[in-house]
Amino acid sequence: MTLGELRPGEKAKVVSIGTTGAMRQRILDMGVTPNVEVQLIKVAPLGDPVEITVRGYQLSLRKSEAALIQVQK
Amino acid sequence: MSYTIALAGNPNSGKTTVFNTLTGSRQHVGNWPGVTVDKKEGLYRKNREMKILDLPGTYSLSPYSAEEVIARDFIVNERPDCVIDILDGTSLERNLYLALQIMETGIPTVLGINMMDEVALRKDVIDFKRLEAEFGVFVVPLEARSGKGIDALMDAVSRTIEEKRVPKRLPVYELSKKVDEDTLADKRYSFITEVVGASVKRGTREGEQKKSRTDTIDKVLTHKIWALPAFALIMYLMFAATFSENFLFIPGLPSPGIALATLVENLWGSFTDVVSSALLGAGAATWAYSLVIFGIMEGLGAVLGFLPLILVLYILMSFLEDSGYMARVAFVMDRLFRKFGLSGRSFIPLLMGFGCSVPAIMATRTLDSEKDRKITTLLCGFMPCGAKLPIFIMFVSTFFSDGNKTLVLFFTYMLSLAVSVVVSLIINRVAYKGETSNFLMELPQYRLPTLKSVGIHGYEKVKGFVQKAGTIILAATILIWALSNFNLASFNGGNQQEYGTPLAPIESSFLASTGKAIAPIFKPAGFGAWRPTVGVATGWIAKEMVVVTLAQLYADDISEEYLTEFFSTASEDELLEFGFEEGVYDSEAAGDIYTDVVLMEGGDAQALPTLKEDIKTKQAALAYMAFNLLCMPCFAAVGAMKRELKTWRVTLGQVGIQMLTAYIVAVFINVVGNLLF
Repeated sequence: MTLGELRPGEKAKVVSIGTTGAMRQRILDMGVTPNVEVQLIKVAPLGDPVEITVRGYQLSLRKSEAALIQVQK
Repeated sequence: MSYTIALAGNPNSGKTTVFNTLTGSRQHVGNWPGVTVDKKEGLYRKNREMKILDLPGTYSLSPYSAEEVIARDFIVNERPDCVIDILDGTSLERNLYLALQIMETGIPTVLGINMMDEVALRKDVIDFKRLEAEFGVFVVPLEARSGKGIDALMDAVSRTIEEKRVPKRLPVYELSKKVDEDTLADKRYSFITEVVGASVKRGTREGEQKKSRTDTIDKVLTHKIWALPAFALIMYLMFAATFSENFLFIPGLPSPGIALATLVENLWGSFTDVVSSALLGAGAATWAYSLVIFGIMEGLGAVLGFLPLILVLYILMSFLEDSGYMARVAFVMDRLFRKFGLSGRSFIPLLMGFGCSVPAIMATRTLDSEKDRKITTLLCGFMPCGAKLPIFIMFVSTFFSDGNKTLVLFFTYMLSLAVSVVVSLIINRVAYKGETSNFLMELPQYRLPTLKSVGIHGYEKVKGFVQKAGTIILAATILIWALSNFNLASFNGGNQQEYGTPLAPIESSFLASTGKAIAPIFKPAGFGAWRPTVGVATGWIAKEMVVVTLAQLYADDISEEYLTEFFSTASEDELLEFGFEEGVYDSEAAGDIYTDVVLMEGGDAQALPTLKEDIKTKQAALAYMAFNLLCMPCFAAVGAMKRELKTWRVTLGQVGIQMLTAYIVAVFINVVGNLLF
């Protein structure tokens, strides 16, 4: 499943990042790397983007970006 | 011997505060990811041989975003004598990722762990000695907001340079060339996790309480249902505090912005009166008097008049930025604005554009990507600012007196939004090939901004506006003054003979002859006559000048007899309300009062009959309103655009797009209107 499919409050472990180039590097640089634990905190009022906790801080990313990140519960 | 010291760090790490403290330079401190985009330099206050360079805030040195490239190139190519990396102590893991990349370059480095007050609140304990031993660099605790630890930081820098201390070579650095990017990022982060695990003792309950304060605030401000009303309320308060004349719905109570603006206006008015009587008393020539009062004083007044609005809006904006709410605005509004090819952060500048484009354009600085900044700056010019309202009111009440005036006014506002959306989508497609910027953005902890940083920001913006935009506004105002007061006969003595002064009446000025030459272009839009054309041009001084100029150019319609008759039906109280002293009709004051009060507020449906010969139909009138709405904004706004866009090429390119858009829309309205009616 992908990070975008998590429900608010659910935790999961990142498996892989399904994109290349600048976007991939940016995701990795922000600390979303394979094996890291992430928690989906909430979805924005208009349904997008989402807020997650990763490595002890809050990160916001669009659903289209979250859909690139494979996770495992 | 002089040294170059580069200041690096994540956005929101407090890097800018450190820079301010070190250099004493006044510069903005924000809580918005990516606020430092310019190259900023300053000398260390206590040792002027140390030059401090503020690198853009970045999360890494990957050469992808413009900011990262700037930071990386500087460190790798310019090889500064020392790099100070500022880290947010409450989020060490992510912050150490950049630190690791900096230390990998082998440049002498000092780590400053900031936000130690918050770290203490969380009861986290950081083992600095251990970190120093691990990386082979000095690690200094900081509380940049209160200035604690800054001297120790600079001592560490001096020692690092003296001892030629370079970071320890770690095995993790050797991986860079050997493994792919995933593994590399993973290895770096695993290494960091290990180091942090060994050198940071996590706090207890109180730490969670601190975290939950941000959570509690966010429960409302990013709540499914309450986020939007809360956002609307905050935006309303911000707008009202700057522009409202009935602040908090209390009739007659001016907002701080308006109160200050009125004060400045009155002071400047009195000063102008003093200068005016001094000039008259000294027997100044008519042209010199006109140049000083209507050229220079008017231009300076235009610059001054914007300062209170900029100051108040910026104090509020930097409060929202420094507190961390701006990132939430982006979070809440992103989806809506992405549809239009903008980012959620564009909302605030565009909203402010309804009040005044000048602070609105300056607010684009807070946007994250260059693309968003450029497009939003362009769109700010399309917003129906307060100064455009008198034009609309005058035209609506003169041309649509028999129809639904409110509906026409509403149409004008909707037109500005619709045009903005269409132009944004076209530019996205044409100039940026539909690229969308990524939205990976930190949602920083809420922090109460310090008075000092908010104050510095407001002061900085005002200073920047005066420096960068002031001369443009003054020069342009004097240029329009010269064009509307001179013609060839000014220089061969013709005017001197005829009028006793070199000045020409506006209807035979250079401006009028230029207007006559250009006017045919506007034939398809329905207002292809020279007087409306000249009105557009004087509107660039300030948009409400369109009304003043039209009153001047159609002076025959505002004869003394006409005014006497118009005001004859008014009672004493009504005359008083119009602004006649003691409620007594005064034919000398009547002209100005008619322009400023009656025309601008739409008080005469039969106004300017000759104007209706130049602009014959309702659709032509609407086209004229649309043109003034969308064409180049006032010179003050253009000055602000130049300040944000940096180059004349881009600024004039944007003005060109605005003129073209205005023309296309005006012609469209007139042509379609003619087909329908």
